[in-house]
Amino acid sequence: MDIHEYQAKELLSKFGVPIARGGLAYSPEQASYRATEIGGSKWVVKAQIHSGARGKAGGIKVCSTDREIEQAAEAMLGKKLVTNQTGPSGKLVSRLYIEEATDIAKEIYLALVMDRASERIMVVASAAGGMEIEEISASQPDTIIRVQVDPAVGMQQFQAREVAYGLGVDPEIINKLVPTIMACYRAFRDLDATMVEINPLVITKDKNLVALDAKMSFDDNALFRRPHIAELRDKSQEDPRETYASDRGLAYVGLDGDIGCVVNGAGLAMATLDMIKLAGGEPANFLDIGGGASPERVAKSFKAVLKDKNVKALLLNVFAGINRCDWVAKGVVDAVNDLNIKMPVVVRLAGTNVEEGRRIIDESGLTVISAETLAEAAQKAVAAAKSAA
Amino acid sequence: MAIFINENTPVLIQGFTGRIGTFHAQEMIDYGTNVVGGVTPGKGGTTHLGRPVFNTMKGAVQETNAEAAIVFVPPPFAADAIMEAADAGIKYCVCITDGIPAQDMIRVKRYMRRYKKENRMVLTGPNCAGTISPGKAMLGIMPGHIYLPGRVGIVGRSGTLGYEAASQMKALGIGVSTSVGIGGDPINGSSFRDILEHFENDPETDAVLMIGEIGGPQEAEAGQYARDHMKKPVVAYIAGLSAPKGRKMGHAGAIISAFGESAPEKVEILKGCGVTIAPTPSEMGAAVAGVVNALKKVA
Repeated sequence: MDIHEYQAKELLSKFGVPIARGGLAYSPEQASYRATEIGGSKWVVKAQIHSGARGKAGGIKVCSTDREIEQAAEAMLGKKLVTNQTGPSGKLVSRLYIEEATDIAKEIYLALVMDRASERIMVVASAAGGMEIEEISASQPDTIIRVQVDPAVGMQQFQAREVAYGLGVDPEIINKLVPTIMACYRAFRDLDATMVEINPLVITKDKNLVALDAKMSFDDNALFRRPHIAELRDKSQEDPRETYASDRGLAYVGLDGDIGCVVNGAGLAMATLDMIKLAGGEPANFLDIGGGASPERVAKSFKAVLKDKNVKALLLNVFAGINRCDWVAKGVVDAVNDLNIKMPVVVRLAGTNVEEGRRIIDESGLTVISAETLAEAAQKAVAAAKSAA
Repeated sequence: MAIFINENTPVLIQGFTGRIGTFHAQEMIDYGTNVVGGVTPGKGGTTHLGRPVFNTMKGAVQETNAEAAIVFVPPPFAADAIMEAADAGIKYCVCITDGIPAQDMIRVKRYMRRYKKENRMVLTGPNCAGTISPGKAMLGIMPGHIYLPGRVGIVGRSGTLGYEAASQMKALGIGVSTSVGIGGDPINGSSFRDILEHFENDPETDAVLMIGEIGGPQEAEAGQYARDHMKKPVVAYIAGLSAPKGRKMGHAGAIISAFGESAPEKVEILKGCGVTIAPTPSEMGAAVAGVVNALKKVA
């Protein structure tokens, strides 16, 4: 789960990460009021969306008057911001963060991630913070500092010092940077994060440290024990199709094609999408029904997939293990009847009691097309979607 | 003897008396698995499915001499259950539980390193379908009848995609020595490489089918292991060849991810290591058949 910049800053500052003064606004008037509250003569209006690279997309404006703030707020609120991280549909801006402007002397990149290779929390840092960090990490990988944390004892001060000295900052900054790195680690550990990223971490002209931007992502599997993190979820930042499905316990990822897919198991679901592409079609989604393709879950899955109005054909691929094919087939027939589905539905069943399952499908008298193999199912679904188009 | 389990291996069920534990324990017993008991704290001293229930893994191992265990404990308590199995002297543990926090798994793996390698429990999973040595024993939730006993090892992340492979192989008359699910979580007990090593050392396995996915470094690592240390042929399918680039948050993922995490990159690396690639998921069985037939000709 991702959260907004202002939420990440609030969390991190509780652990001791220095941030600039700021406040949240939902309207242009509120934005200028926040600036008055903060004081000073220069402010930054920042669109709150779950994405980086907002500056290049017009989501960050430096302002020096109330009028400028209101204009900037007016221009951002209610609009969809498209960055190179959001995908083409962009993300809706409904909140702004107003922050006092910072005099930047130097920008550092600091992140903590869950490293799959070492299976440890890893600190990643670079003296070249800012917007070009990915290019730098690709062209000069040796300039990226990486430190792995031993899970038995947690991060040690000396490791934070190694990072701080490695970044080559002035001596008076070291004593501020080391506690900041340790604070990020404690936040990561205590909140079950999967990523903390401060880019840039700014050294100001008066030799202070400020987290100018902050991003945090969290382990969905750990939200049960982090209820205050779970509350920070902002559904407006999610694909509505995915929100609908995840609220019903289905693993769903929206795609751009016209063949709606319902599959049991993530690996088989991915393989099914591969087969559709190979057959010349485009899947509308990835959907894993999860354990037990019960009639209720089949119906729920069909409903979720049909929320996508681009869908012209459905493909259900279930490898029934413990759940029998005849039971799954009955669920499919009931769902097609109850939901009054008129579009072609290709059903591929395999596993336990498969003959009985296919007989139920074939004798249902519905617009259901049965298929024996994965390849056949994909070909039939692609043909059905093309003829329906 | 296949790998990890056979018809004699004494097995304990952790989370024995719960709904899911009960259902799958019965399936495993029906398949012929030597289930000797189970653990549910608070229910020690009772009998369930005709087997004794214990409060602790240590107590259960003392009484039954169990060597393997399977975990059906809910996510908040599953990491604890795995560590309890390791501490009780279990040699092989399968964790079925889906939804264990990643930091819990980091702790589990660190904990297991307390034991010398020769005494260390092998963990497969979490979030997997388990392990089966067809015709001998099943330590998992798979439909046992789709596996033909034979001499090809299977290792994969996904449960149902593994079933797909096994049934394609069965249709071609090719059997399985052992099928191991390593699970879909980013931090898992055993990697592809770890399981390939067991298959390479198993006299009853002639070839291995590896079913990988997009993401993570494990397939590339396994390919290098196959090239440098294996005499037995490896066939692989990588799911997600058509997956779109995921939306992302920030730059950290891009900075730490190395070459070899997308499905096409994995295929390229595996080919370079001499692994035979099944180009589509419907050709997994045929690709294995090709390799097995080539072995017969040599012999």
